[in-house]
Amino acid sequence: MGSVLWSLWAVFAPLSLVTIGGGQATVAEIHRQVVDVHQWMTAQDFLNTFAIARLAPGPGSLLVTLIGWNVGGFWGAVVATLAIFAPTAFLIYGVAYLWRRHRGARWQLAPEAGLRPIAAGMILAAVYVLFMALEGGWWACAIAVAATLLMSRSRLNPLLVIVCGAAVLCAAQWAGWLS
Amino acid sequence: MQTHDCGGAPRPTAWRLFLFFSRIGLTSFGGGLSGWLFREFVQERAWMSEEEFLNGLSLSQALPGVNVKNMAIWIGCRLAGARGAAAGFMGIIVPPAIFIVMLAAVFAAFNKYPLTNMALAGAAAAAIGLSASMAITAARRVPRRVLPMMFLAATFVAVAVLHWPLLWVVLAEGALSVAIEYRRLGCAKG
Repeated sequence: MGSVLWSLWAVFAPLSLVTIGGGQATVAEIHRQVVDVHQWMTAQDFLNTFAIARLAPGPGSLLVTLIGWNVGGFWGAVVATLAIFAPTAFLIYGVAYLWRRHRGARWQLAPEAGLRPIAAGMILAAVYVLFMALEGGWWACAIAVAATLLMSRSRLNPLLVIVCGAAVLCAAQWAGWLS
Repeated sequence: MQTHDCGGAPRPTAWRLFLFFSRIGLTSFGGGLSGWLFREFVQERAWMSEEEFLNGLSLSQALPGVNVKNMAIWIGCRLAGARGAAAGFMGIIVPPAIFIVMLAAVFAAFNKYPLTNMALAGAAAAAIGLSASMAITAARRVPRRVLPMMFLAATFVAVAVLHWPLLWVVLAEGALSVAIEYRRLGCAKG
């Protein structure tokens, strides 16, 4: 048991350090480690787990929590979660602390200004990729566009918009409008 | 110290922040967590300015670690110091982690109904709206100069169209872009 927990830590802690820009980038490597190298799960189990993590609320990287749960029960889940989230927590905290202490220094303004377009590009790219991968045909695309307009122009509660999106697609399916 | 470039709204306590992050972590079906945070902290409650939020978002994406977790720590630290950072970290991770384990058990039972899948696909489609409206704000806030616009376009093409690894895109373009801004700021001063 102890060695399984240690393996979980040894697999996920290094991954947390190369997770830049978004957790999705590391999924291929997680798959390789979990299915091929350690054979903790079959490829099909991994796919199912990935699907649940994508559909659940909260950070997508909780995929790792589910893997830990499957491999090592309660403590497996705890160790895997800490391994993917904790090692880099102090880094961003240190940066946030420094930023708070020294407002307006040149070494702050340069990364703020320099990273802004890169971050905007990454967020736009993420939206584009998600949009292209939508299930549910042009109904889903219409929901996404309508939701974008609603979120940009109004103060509606996002949860309400999301529930409506789910209801509309269900209704379309039920009425047989989805081919 | 108390005058960040943020509105005069009263600051939340660490405990309240924990409850906020938990609620967002537990209700953000369909993804788009950063969009939720933007909505709640900037647009709804005005606890942070757009500027402050986007600075944190840029750093969260460029630094190693899961973005959403970085962003929760950034917001928590900004609003309530070290205790706030801990509250953000715990709130965005622990309740959703417990929930996802329970969900995995329940989901196995519901998986066979196609309507469940449609509901989740519809939620994901609507959740794009959150991310997209934040993306529009972020893009509008990029300075209208040639180089930043080029960096924006290059990042988008590299990631969305060419599917280059994010790590290298951020390291290479980020270093170049920050270096250029550092020089520009030096010139402006001298």
